[in-house]
Amino acid sequence: MNNNLKKINIYAIYLGAFILILPLIAFFINAFSFRWFYPQVIPKELSLQAWVRLKLIPKPGQRTFEGFIELWASNPAVIKALLNSLSIGFLVTIVSIIIALPAARVLGLLNFRFKKLIIFIMVSPTILPPIAFVLGLNINFISWGFSGNYFGVCLVHLVPIMPYVVLTMTGIFANYNPDYEHQARTLGANKTKTFLLITLPAIAPGMVVAALFAFLVSWSQYLLTFLIGAGKVMTLPLLVFSTASSGNPALTAAISIIFIFPAILILFFTSKFVSGESGATSGFGKI
Amino acid sequence: MGGERLKIILSLTPPLLIIFTLFFGGIFYGFLQSLGYQPAIGKYEINFSAYYNVMFSERYAKLFWTGLGLNLWVSFASTFLAAVFALFGALAIRKTFFAKTICNFIYSLNLPMPHLVVAVGIIFVFSQSGLLARLASQIGLIGSPGDFPVLVKDKYGLGIILAYIWKEAAFFFIILMSVLQSLGENFEELAQSLGANRWQRFRYVILPLVMPNLFSASIIVFAFSFGAYEVPALLGVIYPQMLPVMAFEFFLNPDLNARSEGMALSIIIAIIVMILVVFYFWLTQAKIRKD
Repeated sequence: MNNNLKKINIYAIYLGAFILILPLIAFFINAFSFRWFYPQVIPKELSLQAWVRLKLIPKPGQRTFEGFIELWASNPAVIKALLNSLSIGFLVTIVSIIIALPAARVLGLLNFRFKKLIIFIMVSPTILPPIAFVLGLNINFISWGFSGNYFGVCLVHLVPIMPYVVLTMTGIFANYNPDYEHQARTLGANKTKTFLLITLPAIAPGMVVAALFAFLVSWSQYLLTFLIGAGKVMTLPLLVFSTASSGNPALTAAISIIFIFPAILILFFTSKFVSGESGATSGFGKI
Repeated sequence: MGGERLKIILSLTPPLLIIFTLFFGGIFYGFLQSLGYQPAIGKYEINFSAYYNVMFSERYAKLFWTGLGLNLWVSFASTFLAAVFALFGALAIRKTFFAKTICNFIYSLNLPMPHLVVAVGIIFVFSQSGLLARLASQIGLIGSPGDFPVLVKDKYGLGIILAYIWKEAAFFFIILMSVLQSLGENFEELAQSLGANRWQRFRYVILPLVMPNLFSASIIVFAFSFGAYEVPALLGVIYPQMLPVMAFEFFLNPDLNARSEGMALSIIIAIIVMILVVFYFWLTQAKIRKD
């Protein structure tokens, strides 16, 4: 009886895994098939047509190294959006880490008045929906000249990212012993050297997780980019959304695959660190 | 001592500056606009007519109240179901079995997946010519695509709920797995040796232990699904419409008067979320005091 129950249990897990992975299977079939008509489950013809139409893979006959370079150099929309998404993500991640580092150190190591209030203020953007602030901010950005440009989009991405980076790094500093720094200083190391040789190695693993996470939040931002970018800053989520609304499954699937690739990669590398206790995890619900 | 205080202030200023000017500044300016203060079109008087229009005017009242109903239904249903699925998944997957690591990875796979992609995936799988409909027709359950139930772009928000379950179950799953791991199996073994059956072990041992984490995760998920735009924009219908989509469409309306109404809606959404969060803190604080 108990053994039977165990078996049912395991089959239920396999079934659940299969159901969970169905969308991913559908993405790949849609992206690599041609005329995948109802009611076929397995497509009759495999094809790279969607990728050719997106100008990511050259037409048959031109698929040489030079052919790829030439095509990508012609700056197709997907490559442009991909570069925008990547560069905004990198920039915002680096800036947010630099800004959060001193704040997290203070919050993690020291006790002072209003500390709880400050933490509460810092995390408030994680609770309230982005639509609550971005509509008003949009008008402000127009008058400040930040609307419709790259800089404004980077700036607005800092709002959802900042709380998680500060929170995750505060957690790191709460378990960090600053005595080693004092020892290094007494032994004659200067401030820069102490930071590079003592502090940085100690906080690096946690910082990498915070950085990957910050990147992912920026990477999947749709509403903020759309409103502040005013259609002039094209990123991958915007491209996915517009292609999905125009209803071409093959193209949507192909762009989506590019879009989710870094996400899966990041999960693969951080699954060790991602646990319920980490501040970053709570943010995953919001991507 | 004075030096330390200066250090604290200097370190905290940059992130606080960002949060205050961009986040609270945005909310404040949105609130001003919702009161009708729009210098851009020469309106300076302050009143609550946008709120009144959105909630009670003949034109929008029906849209608003059905939208609010849909919002509550979608958020409650998806949060509850995602938590339930994740709980059973996490409890079942704890035991060792063949391909456990792979299953574990698949169960967490949706965690870093952007909501937008999950919504597209739901269209691919659950639409009337999607993967499930094709599978159903292969085994002879349905004939034409029209026989498959409308699960995407339906007026009950089923597609939206499915997308949120897909995405948030992974989030609950990770949190539950780490709680269950840190608890170990000692409590359960103890209960078993005292004669508790499967159901009793679940109801009186596991559930109370995971409840605090499950509950706080639920608040995050509920607040998010209540105010998010992408999923209902892709998977919803024009009527009834979820509030964030409605707010956004008001805002993009070329008629600048509709802008105040869009802002009013977004402030209403924020207030509802805030009330829920405060209620939650009050609930947990009251419980701590009681214990």
